[in-house]
Parts: sequence; structure tokens; C-alpha cells
Amino acid sequence: MSLPAIVIKNLVKRFGDTTVLQDINLEIPEGKVSCLIGPSGSGKSTLLRCLAFLEESTSGMITINGEALGFFENANGKRERLPSAQIRAVRAQTGMVFQQFNLWPHMTALGNVSEALKTVHKLPRAEAEARAMAQLRKVGLENRANHYPSQLSGGQQQRVAIARALALEPKIMLFDEPTSALDPELTGEVLNVMRDLASEGMTMVVVTHEIGFAATVGQQISFLDHGRLMFSGPPSEIFAKPRHPRLDQFLDTYLDRGASMLV
Amino acid sequence: MIFNPAIIMEKLPEIGSGLMVTLILWLVGIAGGVAVGFVVATVRRFGGRMINLGLGTIVEVLRGTPFLIQVFLLYYGGPFIGLMLDPIPCGLIGLTIYSAAYYSEIFRAGYAAVPPGHVEAAQCLGLTRLQAIRRIQIPEMALIVLPPSVNLAVILLKESAVLSIITVPELTATVSAIGSQQYAFLEAIFLLAVIYWVIVELTGRLGRLAEHRLSRLRFANA
Repeated sequence: MSLPAIVIKNLVKRFGDTTVLQDINLEIPEGKVSCLIGPSGSGKSTLLRCLAFLEESTSGMITINGEALGFFENANGKRERLPSAQIRAVRAQTGMVFQQFNLWPHMTALGNVSEALKTVHKLPRAEAEARAMAQLRKVGLENRANHYPSQLSGGQQQRVAIARALALEPKIMLFDEPTSALDPELTGEVLNVMRDLASEGMTMVVVTHEIGFAATVGQQISFLDHGRLMFSGPPSEIFAKPRHPRLDQFLDTYLDRGASMLV
Repeated sequence: MIFNPAIIMEKLPEIGSGLMVTLILWLVGIAGGVAVGFVVATVRRFGGRMINLGLGTIVEVLRGTPFLIQVFLLYYGGPFIGLMLDPIPCGLIGLTIYSAAYYSEIFRAGYAAVPPGHVEAAQCLGLTRLQAIRRIQIPEMALIVLPPSVNLAVILLKESAVLSIITVPELTATVSAIGSQQYAFLEAIFLLAVIYWVIVELTGRLGRLAEHRLSRLRFANA
């Protein structure tokens, strides 16, 4: 078995007096789709944001493909922050997709996707745009390259955001509730892009309320509640009956909304 | 009083020169104010806490006192600190400082209105802090501040009339002087109102046109 893509060890995150993540230990397998599920406020988004280094953990360690993210333990066992260039290098292995898309409104779809190739990777404009175009083709938006975000539907915007992250060829893709801001009709096109990505063997960590997606595409399901990782395992185990009572209670709210494939 | 615009019309060349002075004062006041205001807002946003506090205090004092008083202080108080200014340079500097204070506040609000997620996306893609400021935050801010900037430009045009008090030969000073000489004060004041209003109206239309042109570059989701 290959090494895990991400190792999370004793991760704690506090905002002031509030503990949002309590002692999380989790290994994300390489080339698999790992879904983080749980009720609102359970800490799943915060955990993902820690993996993207958008939040800095209070204690504990995150390792991405064997490299420490953000902090390391020095010889005395004290946690120290890594230099920012090194942090950027480790972060470059992950791509992030947000609930609110976060496309830059003053750039076209092509501009959004090629921006980091130009400014960070210093590629010549033509090459950056050719690569960006290939990513847009991949998400089926080649013919929208010169549209501004305001001229695209929510689903299209999110697909551009996925292309933007993929353009930098990350080894791991992080998704923070990628379909929560979309109406149901547009959710499908984004999930399809994510399914394609999964079938190509991309390592994916997905915070989602799409239990159906988690159950069918997810290969590792982690259930968080009140900042704790309650349990983690393949969907066949997690969703099989008898279930953990807390998960059962959580899933009930979904069954009410028609996720009957799980019953 | 007999309302007779013909009296004013004889003095068109003088009025034209007053208008030119007003337009120059105004445009320099906008350009200088935008430039200084941008620097102030940017330093306040991305510089340290103390610098933000210091600049913030200066801005609050400038926004909290009447323009007329500021101009008096600069014109009559300047010589006490060795600053002897002729009316026009004094007017240019005064208007620029006043406009910079307000523009800096507009830009500050503009920076605050850029969604933090847009910057997070830049960070995730490996842009440095400086690259994110230059490529994302400044352009987005610039689009957000367009409507209030046009509004402030209009206010500055009207405020420039205050400079007539320190004998700057601008539009208001020129036209009201003509009015007094010709015993046609009401006609003069009426003409002034029309000229200012025409410039304001044109500026507003230009601003709305620019806004319309740039509308697709604004938020798609918020």
C-alpha cells in the first residue's frame, strides 16, 4: 500500500476559547476520494481549511506527501513555523475549491485559470493561456473562456474554479462544500466534473452535504461532530446498518430530503 | 433689479478664464487626491497598526473640519511656519489635501469590500501577499470605488468655490466680481449655478457610462 497523501496528527484548532477541532487523527489515502461529513459547526470545513493552510492549527501536525505543512517540531520538541517560501512549496501540492467559488470578477474565465501560471510559475502568456485553455476544455467550458464570472452560471463558475486549481497540477484537490451555493439543477454538472477527476485517480478531500455523492464516489468517509472525528472508514462500513446512533440521527435529516438510496 | 443676462455675456472671456482656473483646480484636486488617497489607504490597509492609527487620525481631523477653515489655516497660518503661498498654489494644495482625506476613506472602504475569499483563493494558488495585492485586491477595489469616487469628484467641484474667499481667480470669484461691478449680482449667481450644474451633470453621465461599461467586471456572486 502506498503512503498516505495526508497525515493529520493530534490536530487541535482553537478560536479564542472555543475549540473547533479536538485532537484529530486521520490519514487520507493517496488516489482516493475522502469525504468529510457532519452537521454544521462540526469542524469539517475548518479541518479542510487547515489542510489548505488558510487556518493555522493551534497544535498538532499536518504532513502532505511526507512534508510538514506550516509547522515542524524542532530538536526540543517545540513547534516552529516554517519559512513562508517553504509553506508555499508544500501548499502548491494542494488545490482548493471554495463554496463561494471565489473567482476574481475582473478577469475572464481564461484570465482566472491562467493567472497563477503567469504570476507564480512565470510562464509566458501564450503558454499559460494554452494550458489554461486545456483545463477549461477538461471542465467543458472551452467556449466560455472569454466570459467574465458575472456572465457565467453558478455551476459554470465553480467549474472554472476547479479548472483554476487544476491548472497548477496539484497532487491533492480540496473541496469545501463545492455545491452548497448552487441550486440543485446546477449541482450535477459540478459533481460530474468531480467524478471524472476521481476516476482519473486524483486524491480528493471533499467536505460535502451531498451524502449521495459521498456514498457513491467517496472511498473514505469521515464523520465529524462537535470538533471530534467520530469515525472514519469506507462507505460500505460507515453507511451499513447497524449504524452509529449519532450518524443515524444525522442521516435521518437527509432521508427526510429524499436520499433514499442509503436506506 | 432688472434681470439682464446680456450684461454678463459681454464678459465672456473673463468668465472663460475663471472657468479654466476652476477646471484646473478641480482636476488637479481629483488627481492629487486620488493619488495621495490611494497611497494612504493602501499603507493603512497593509502597513502596521501604528501607521494605520496615525494616518487615520489625520484623515479624521481633515474630514471633521470645514474646508473653509482648512483653507484659511493654510493661507493665513502658513506664513507663521514659513509657508508663504500664493492663492492658486494654496488652493491647489488645500483642495488636494481635502480630497485626499475623502478619497482615502473611499479606498479604505473599497479594500474592505473585497471578499476575503478572493484573497484566500490567490494564496491557495501560490500568489505572494504582494502579488495578491497587486493583481487581485487593488483592481477589485478600484472597480468597487468607482461610483463613490465620481460622487466625490462632483462634491470637490462645488467645494472649489470656497477658494474664492482667498482670492483665487476661479469661476465663482470671477463671475461674482463681474456681477458686483455691473450691478447684476443675481444674473451672475444664476449663471454660476448653471455652469456648475452643467459640469456636474456631465460628470455624472460620464461616471454612469463608465460604471455600465465595467459592470460585467463586478461581482458575479456575493
